[in-house]
Amino acid sequence: MFLVESTLRSALAPSSALASALPAAAPQEAAHWEPFLPGLVVLLPLLGFVANGFLALRAARRSSAAVRAGKEWSPIAGSVRPRTHTLPTWIGPGVMAAAFGLAAINFATAWGAHLAEPVIAGPYWTWIATETLRIDAALQLDALSLAMTMVVTGVGFLIHVFSVGYMKDDPGYPRYFAYLNLFVFFMLVLVLGSGYGTMFVGWEGVGLCSYLLIGYWFSDVKKSDAGKKAFIVNRIGDFGFLLAIFLIFQGFGTLDFMPVSAGAAGEFAYGGTMVTAITLLLLLGAVGKSAQVPLHVWLPDAMAGPTPVSALIHAATMVTAGVYMVVRSSALYALAPTSQAVVAGIGVLTAFVAATIAFKQNDIKKVLAYSTVSQLGFMFLAAGVGAYTAAVFHLVTHAFFKALLFLGAGAVIHAMHHAVEHGDEPPAGHGHMDPQDMRNMGGLRKHMPVTWAVMGVATLAIAGIWPFAGFFSKDEIIWYAGAWAGAESNPFGGLYVAYWVLALVTALLTAFYMARLMVMTFHGANRTGPAASHLHEAPRVMIVPLVVLAVLSVLGGWLNVPEALHQTALGLFGAVPAEGLHHWLAPVVHAAEEIQAGAIGEASKSAPIGGGELAWALVSTLAAAAVVIATFRVLGRRSYATAAADPGPQTALGRFLHGKWYFDEAYERTVVQPVLAASRWCWKVVDTRVIDGFVNFTGSFTRVAGWVASVFQTGQVNMYAFVLALGVLLVLGAAVLLP
Amino acid sequence: MTWILFILFSVVATGGAVGVVTGRNPVASLLFMVATLASVAGIYVLLEAHFLAAVQVIVYAGAIMVLFLFVIMLLNLGHDYQADVKYGLWFLLAFVVAGLTAGALTMGFSDAEATGFGDVAAGEAIDAAVLEKGAVGAIADPLFTDYVVAFELTGLLLLVAVVAAVALAKPRNRRGTDAG
Amino acid sequence: MLVEHALLLSALLFVIGSLGVVVRRNAIIVFLCIELQLNAVNLAFTAISRHVGIEGQVFVFFVMTVAAAEAAVGLAVIISIFRHYGTVGVDKFNLLKW
Repeated sequence: MFLVESTLRSALAPSSALASALPAAAPQEAAHWEPFLPGLVVLLPLLGFVANGFLALRAARRSSAAVRAGKEWSPIAGSVRPRTHTLPTWIGPGVMAAAFGLAAINFATAWGAHLAEPVIAGPYWTWIATETLRIDAALQLDALSLAMTMVVTGVGFLIHVFSVGYMKDDPGYPRYFAYLNLFVFFMLVLVLGSGYGTMFVGWEGVGLCSYLLIGYWFSDVKKSDAGKKAFIVNRIGDFGFLLAIFLIFQGFGTLDFMPVSAGAAGEFAYGGTMVTAITLLLLLGAVGKSAQVPLHVWLPDAMAGPTPVSALIHAATMVTAGVYMVVRSSALYALAPTSQAVVAGIGVLTAFVAATIAFKQNDIKKVLAYSTVSQLGFMFLAAGVGAYTAAVFHLVTHAFFKALLFLGAGAVIHAMHHAVEHGDEPPAGHGHMDPQDMRNMGGLRKHMPVTWAVMGVATLAIAGIWPFAGFFSKDEIIWYAGAWAGAESNPFGGLYVAYWVLALVTALLTAFYMARLMVMTFHGANRTGPAASHLHEAPRVMIVPLVVLAVLSVLGGWLNVPEALHQTALGLFGAVPAEGLHHWLAPVVHAAEEIQAGAIGEASKSAPIGGGELAWALVSTLAAAAVVIATFRVLGRRSYATAAADPGPQTALGRFLHGKWYFDEAYERTVVQPVLAASRWCWKVVDTRVIDGFVNFTGSFTRVAGWVASVFQTGQVNMYAFVLALGVLLVLGAAVLLP
Repeated sequence: MTWILFILFSVVATGGAVGVVTGRNPVASLLFMVATLASVAGIYVLLEAHFLAAVQVIVYAGAIMVLFLFVIMLLNLGHDYQADVKYGLWFLLAFVVAGLTAGALTMGFSDAEATGFGDVAAGEAIDAAVLEKGAVGAIADPLFTDYVVAFELTGLLLLVAVVAAVALAKPRNRRGTDAG
Repeated sequence: MLVEHALLLSALLFVIGSLGVVVRRNAIIVFLCIELQLNAVNLAFTAISRHVGIEGQVFVFFVMTVAAAEAAVGLAVIISIFRHYGTVGVDKFNLLKW
């Protein structure tokens, strides 16, 4: 291992001239910079939402008016679309383009100024002002939030453009864009908000939009159920997040990021109970939002939404909010080694579990969903081992290639859908063919060459093969996990070694299931049946975003070439700057890294079983490539049954993986059924017996009391006089006897 | 002398009251009632309320009792000797309640006695007013100054009562409507 | 001392009156007993006026007025009832209920 590395090292001449040109390498150079209309970046998608929402309401009013008049009217029936369905094409992607432009200007300005200190834009107004708590509506522009903004607006813009083609024939076209714009608005609030309070607003807002878009086709009860599931599972996480916010407020008296980050080390003792509680509760929120085990179950179901939504919300942006939050709170996490171990453990476990489940899924979007869960697990692993830059790095590259994969899958589904719709006859013996089932695909390469090419790029990227983006980001995570395990005084060193091994295995599993997806979808014989003749490449408006994302998936990795690889062949011999993202993010994670360096010490320079970073990078890329090639050779030769003919997995393990580790069933038994039983109990016992019983009791008591009283109401004057006398006696007695 | 008179009046009043309650003949009860009223009038005199004593005899023992007697005679109840006292458990119950009420009243009065009734000189003030304005003037003064509204309202009340009594007691004609 | 004993006498008369109201069936006797109660109250007012002033006696005056009005109306009612039922026994009619 070491031999390989030293050979490679000797093959290049050391030069570090480029390093001095890096931003923030020398913080003293940092200059103040003026953000350019930062509020507008957030406001533009909101304006888009308002405009598109207005159009959606108009379309809905028109269609309900038609229904009342007894006429048939569909916005997509005629050859000429109504204006409500043409304007969103320009408004939706338009506001995104403008927002991206503004974000890029700000990013470039900040880059040029060697941004070191966060800039607070605003406060625009004070949201909550009490004697002790003050939450301003302000934006914090720093390295992390600007990077996230670039991803959200950039990838978001591409997905908006893709949606124009994908959702063209949907009657709810303006509503779709309204939701999508609203989502971007909340996502920007989430990443740009200057404190936990504003972050929580965005956090809940994206959850709402996620719900709205998963259940976008709400007339399908399964899809609206999926939306509810996402919403409810997220609530569990939000509960933790909210408690964490309360604790943070208790500790710091403020919710703004900057004082929390700067004062964390002074406020809490290292490994203290309070900071551990805060970070674990924050983690609960992150686990819900980012679909980590055991709260990952909502994300695969969330695939019920339109595919571009899956790409934007459930792959590229919203689900990474948990990672963003952990990185944002890195100063707190650095103080809580137990929480870090939990974060990394949940991350690597999620990565492994999701990757194995992806083995046996046949729905193309399900595979990608589990792949997303798995990759998010890698990000959590990175955050847990203190490699916050690596987490953000993987977040960014993942946004590129996973958005690409989802959009590519969208193009495939689009084509399959059209083929099924326009097929002359349904496939043999089957009324309905699932356009998302990979068993009905196969050989699509012939029909959709561009989609095949870009999906191939994305597959290589996620598999971690040099020089694609995923190679650098994932490799860095695995490397840091190993190096962290070997740190001088890591209290959980042994545990991290296990994480490291599991991460390595998972990386290879990733290569396998993605290769399987490619094989089943694009290679081999076509299984679509007679409808295959209608398969066609996606329209240009969908292809262009795919190509752009493919380019980003190739180049994204050069953002942060590790120092160890920088001057080698893997790092293009220093043609790109080393550790670019790391230097850029340094001001954000500076506090955390200082704490970690003080408490845990220097990370090891070699993996737990020896070998340097370069050697392991080589090993991993070669292993991934080998897995991909082997998969293609083995699975490519196999012939698949169509969905209708497939008997399902035969082995116990296969069934276990196909059944997704039976998480849903376990929840069904341990949570859903008990809750239902408890609800039924509340209904049958508490409501009908106790509450209704009480109400009925008051009723019957009144009746009985009335009956008893009616016995005295004889109409006999003597009786009345007697009762009167009795009353007098009572009053008198009370007056006399009571003090 | 006062005490002898008081005891005499008290005995007669109490005895009359018992007679009212137990007398079988309504006319007898009525006469017992007159005795009681007269005795109470006597006690009024002992309490230096001469005007009230006079009114008691004239209005109560005179007018109202005569009215009762008229009604008894009118309804021809004078010979009704049937026992109409509810004895038995009912009487026992009523007796217990009455006894307890008496006890409570006694306790209440003795409480009030213990704490004092207020202005002890009020009695002498009344006597002074009687000496100054006469028995009628002493009571007429507040009646026509402080309580003049209530006094006028009692006039109205009496008018209403007279009209009501006439309307109620008037025999109805055969058609079942009020006789014009 | 006279006042206190007069008060006790009034209590006794009141109780006897209320006993009569409860136990007698003859409406006229019941009425008489009510008058007895009113009278007992009058006695109490008069007695207490020795301690609170002339207002006590003014009250007695009002009570007498009300008693007279009540006697007039009540006896008219009794006549009316007698015409209808042919009796003045209060147990013979029970209209006074809902």
